[in-house]
Amino acid sequence: MTFLEALRDLNFAPFIRQALGGGLWVEILIDVLGVVVVSTFCLLIVIFLIWLERKVLARMQDRIGPNRVGPFGLLQTIADVIKLLVKEPFTPAGADRLVYNIAPLLIVIAALLMWAVIPFSPSLIGTDLNIGVFYILAVSSASVVCILFAGWGSNNKYALLGAFRSVSQLVSYEVPMVVALLIPILLARSMSTNDIIIAQAVPYLLVVPVSAVIFFISALAETGRTPFDLLEAESEIVAGFHIEYSGMKFGMFFLAEFLGTLLMSALMVVIYLGGWNLPLLSLALSWIGVNFDLAALPGGSWLGLLVFFVKLFLVYFVFIWIRGTLPRVRVDQILAFNWKFLVPVSLAALLLVAVLDKLIPAGAGPVARGGIHLISNLLLGFAALELLRRRGREERLAQTGEPAEPELVELAVDHHH
Amino acid sequence: MAEQIVFSIVAVVTLVSAFIVVTDRNLFHAAVALMLSFLGVAGFYVMLNAGFLAAAQLLVYIGAISILIIFAIMMTRRIMTTNESPVNSQWVGALIASVLLFVLVAGAVWTVWGPTGTVFTSPNVLAPPGPAQGVPDEVVANSVVELGRLFVSADGYVLPFELVSVLLLAALVGAIVVARTEREQ
Repeated sequence: MTFLEALRDLNFAPFIRQALGGGLWVEILIDVLGVVVVSTFCLLIVIFLIWLERKVLARMQDRIGPNRVGPFGLLQTIADVIKLLVKEPFTPAGADRLVYNIAPLLIVIAALLMWAVIPFSPSLIGTDLNIGVFYILAVSSASVVCILFAGWGSNNKYALLGAFRSVSQLVSYEVPMVVALLIPILLARSMSTNDIIIAQAVPYLLVVPVSAVIFFISALAETGRTPFDLLEAESEIVAGFHIEYSGMKFGMFFLAEFLGTLLMSALMVVIYLGGWNLPLLSLALSWIGVNFDLAALPGGSWLGLLVFFVKLFLVYFVFIWIRGTLPRVRVDQILAFNWKFLVPVSLAALLLVAVLDKLIPAGAGPVARGGIHLISNLLLGFAALELLRRRGREERLAQTGEPAEPELVELAVDHHH
Repeated sequence: MAEQIVFSIVAVVTLVSAFIVVTDRNLFHAAVALMLSFLGVAGFYVMLNAGFLAAAQLLVYIGAISILIIFAIMMTRRIMTTNESPVNSQWVGALIASVLLFVLVAGAVWTVWGPTGTVFTSPNVLAPPGPAQGVPDEVVANSVVELGRLFVSADGYVLPFELVSVLLLAALVGAIVVARTEREQ
């Protein structure tokens, strides 16, 4: 295998093995190289993501955004990073030095660890664990501890309160996220990220939309983004758990937050949008008798990489879009919405999909199967929204004492414009 | 060789942090060390090719139980100023209990994995005596599917699995009943 072949297939491990001869040390070298490449990529792309987020948000708010450093302000984040790096590494008096200093490191390590099982292209994946999705959930749940470390280590009551609030939100929203992710796992009959991509003859967004929406909402909450960004409610608990952090130590929390958001987008792409594959194109071509297999094409790995990144940034754009348009909600609303709405709906969806999947005869094609799931999911979704609407009406009634008429209010607003 | 090195590192981390848990005067630091010890145990599971168990250990013990412990300590004591002695008057009883537990575990390990243990003498052994053979790749790849089947098949562990589920459900309902504020009639 020549270097060019390795480059074409984006699969360098066999090439390195051939060039250096096998053995334990070569295997270790390959593993270390893989870790370095994936983590460096993740750290570098955040620089671009921060610029992207500021620019898109600015456009949504009718501003220009960063435009001074470099073309289109592209180098603004690099300037910011240098500023953060040259600041004094400061530890407040009375802080628990070890816990205070280790929290930002651990949170970035945890954020990087999760990228090990994300398949960027058919051949480009850190390691294809048979428990891939479960591994991500486990690491992300363990990383919650870092927030407690930061809040407690700072020796500041606002930091501690912020940490408590963050942890209660993160732990709660893990429940609907896990239950929602069980549905695609059940359909794909595997927890491996690559197997889930291959199993999607139709993207799961079009098969089980209820699960996808619940996952997306819990992903917003897990990453602490609007409308769930109570973690840093300036008016109540100042900056939340990282109030006492400055310089690059604060930068690490910022970095972990962006990495987490990008990871949730990647997970959404892998599990609900077919990952590096083009399932709808394959399906359409199979109807006219053409067999299209992206992974088997020459250079298919590069095409897969491109497809993955286009989808990734589309989902990431939706995250920014929501941040730019939705207001923040109250802390009691967040927890009530989770336990009284998301968890029951996700459990109902899981039960529905599990039973239906057994009832559909084994001979049904992927489209028929997907169609049945889609119809049942849409029915469930509408029923859930109707329940939510009734509850909202009751609450408005209880607050104002008179039957509210949201239609009229909407009309008035439209008229005003 | 490489495996022994990794095992030694994980074992030292697990044992040293477990020792810190019982000796550190600062309760928060003890809780942190407890997490490190849990992490070491997850490392053992990974070395035994039990990836699912390792991830479950991470999710349940570090992601849930440790956080619960920290919340409990913070809400019941003046944690910021705590500097208590880790030794109290119950140490004699604790010592007896731990020695008994150690004898029990060591006895169980010795009868199965000792030089005359059942692993090496019984006819239906999984691994023959001698150097470790390693587990075949397809066994590892299918381990999650097999685990799931065993949990719900009638000749597997369906009864204990369901019993544990009912127990957890009962605990959940109990927690809600305890935490619920009484409504005035």
